[in-house]
Amino acid sequence: MRAVIAEDLALLRDGLTRLLAAHDFEVVAAVEDGPSVLPALIKHRPDVAVLDVRLPPTFTNEGLLAAIEARRQLPGLPILVLSQYVEPLYARELLSDRTGGIGYLLKDRVMNVGQFTDALHRVAAGGTVMDPEVVSQLLTKRSSDEPLGRLTAREREVLALVAEGRSNAAVAGRLVVSEKAVSKHIANIFLKLDLAPSDDDNRRVMAVLAYLNS
Amino acid sequence: MGVSQFQEETSSVSVALAKVNKVGRFRLLGWTFALTGMGLVSLGLASLLVAVVLLISVWVGVPLTLWTLTWVHDFANWHRTCFARLVGVEIPRPYLPVPERGRLGRLRAANRDPANWRDAAWLLVNGTVGKTLPMFSFCLFLGGVFYLLLPAIWPLAPGVFNGNWGLFTMHDQATSFLAMPFGAAGLVLWWWLTPALVRADAWLARWLLAPTERSKLAGRVEHLTASRADTVDAQAAELRRVERDLHDGAQARLVGVGMSLGMADEMLETNPAEARRLLGEARDATGAALAELRDLVRGIHPPVLADRGLDAAVQALVLAVPIPVALSVDLPPEGLPPPVESAAYFAVAEVLANLVKHSEAGTGWIRIEYRDGSLSMVVGDNGKGCADPERGTGLRGIERRLGAFDGTLEVSSPPGGPTVVVMEVPCEPSSLKTSPS
Repeated sequence: MRAVIAEDLALLRDGLTRLLAAHDFEVVAAVEDGPSVLPALIKHRPDVAVLDVRLPPTFTNEGLLAAIEARRQLPGLPILVLSQYVEPLYARELLSDRTGGIGYLLKDRVMNVGQFTDALHRVAAGGTVMDPEVVSQLLTKRSSDEPLGRLTAREREVLALVAEGRSNAAVAGRLVVSEKAVSKHIANIFLKLDLAPSDDDNRRVMAVLAYLNS
Repeated sequence: MGVSQFQEETSSVSVALAKVNKVGRFRLLGWTFALTGMGLVSLGLASLLVAVVLLISVWVGVPLTLWTLTWVHDFANWHRTCFARLVGVEIPRPYLPVPERGRLGRLRAANRDPANWRDAAWLLVNGTVGKTLPMFSFCLFLGGVFYLLLPAIWPLAPGVFNGNWGLFTMHDQATSFLAMPFGAAGLVLWWWLTPALVRADAWLARWLLAPTERSKLAGRVEHLTASRADTVDAQAAELRRVERDLHDGAQARLVGVGMSLGMADEMLETNPAEARRLLGEARDATGAALAELRDLVRGIHPPVLADRGLDAAVQALVLAVPIPVALSVDLPPEGLPPPVESAAYFAVAEVLANLVKHSEAGTGWIRIEYRDGSLSMVVGDNGKGCADPERGTGLRGIERRLGAFDGTLEVSSPPGGPTVVVMEVPCEPSSLKTSPS
């Protein structure tokens, strides 16, 4: 699997390159500043890209803007955005093109190598991976609001795990219920959020977006 | 919804201002009488002041002068409020703060404060020239009424008013009717001139009673000294908090990580299972340290604020609040100076946190706009009201933060709500930076 990395700190860039190489990713480009991200993505069209939010020259949110612009030009290009902190506002912007294949994680998650590469694979496959921190920040929010107010407590739990990018099987394992029960919950969630039957992956993104917009 | 509520607030203020200029002629009549009387009191106070100042040489004049000065201040302040209410001429109070130390110290300070000398001069002016203005209005009215009623009064004292009145000659009741047009003219003049006369009196008072450039500067220095001390204290406290958080949090955890790694290194060959457990521990501790550093950074300068500016940072705040909050932001595209944005962000964050914690509100609204060199932030809710800025340190902290930029905070929170917090910070847009930063 071919990957592009954008990270300004040499230590982390080399670490990520080594980590990915050790897990059967081929790092085709590792760039260190904002302006070189977009050309690298367009040139290599990687199977997955790992971008740091804060990059030179302004050290604000170049990585995020580059990710959004790249996916505008190459819809569905799988990108995992890494950051020292997560912000629901940014998560919403990343998801707003509704095409999936997007991830937003704290840099800390790199430490758990297994989970990190797993997240990379899920993003590359068109899934959506939101950091549990984003999800938990939103969990404290209002519950009476439409349309999420229509969901039961259990359905909200399921949606939170879906937002983290977990498969039905993983959700079932987490909540100690059968996979069949989980599919039923998810079907109910789609129904209550008025998501028309379409490609299942896309509906999952839409459900997460509804969650973030609440 | 938030916007209309805000407009109601401001429109009620302008209504109140309009009322100031609509004091009726007959109420003004009473006031002109009072002001004329106060002219006499002015002369009395001026003589008293001269007398007690002369007594300073025999010591007893020192406390007497101080007392008299407080009366003079009260007397001048009465005129200041009076003119503001009657004709809308605002006269700020110019007095410098009085030091605490001893009678002689206070006397010396009083001597140094130009406002006292100007007050004394005003007492004289008010007792002479100043008094004539309201008195003229007052006499126009009395004279007008008298001339108008002369035919009715004439029979009560026949012959008393006979004679040459300059403009007309009176022999009997019939000729007394000649006085009536003059009475009417007097009353018309009174109706027409009175506001102008009172305003002229107010301008005369403002000339001497308003603060001079010098005393304004002195007051400003006083204020800046206090707000600088506050800012320095707050900054020192903030640094201490950061130091403590780092020391007890991330630093301590990194020590733990180092120890775990060292022990794992030792055990790598003898007890691989234990070494593995220690490595896991080290990783967890690193994660916890990172989480703590993240929280610390958020408290110093929130990343969204650094990335996107005030607009997005407040949006992010609103996104994290459990009740719906209507947000309207109107800021210059070039942004505001970063220190102002930071203070504004923390102020809004604190008010919003209070709103969620205490107000029991169902909805809230925030309006942030930059107009005429001033950033205004208004936060309101539909909660139960009774927010007390004196209670709790939160609002005090905001006041201090904003005070460093000459900003202000006002809370209106009647029992039963709604609570509206208005914060204002004067500043220039970012491109015209006032301070190097």
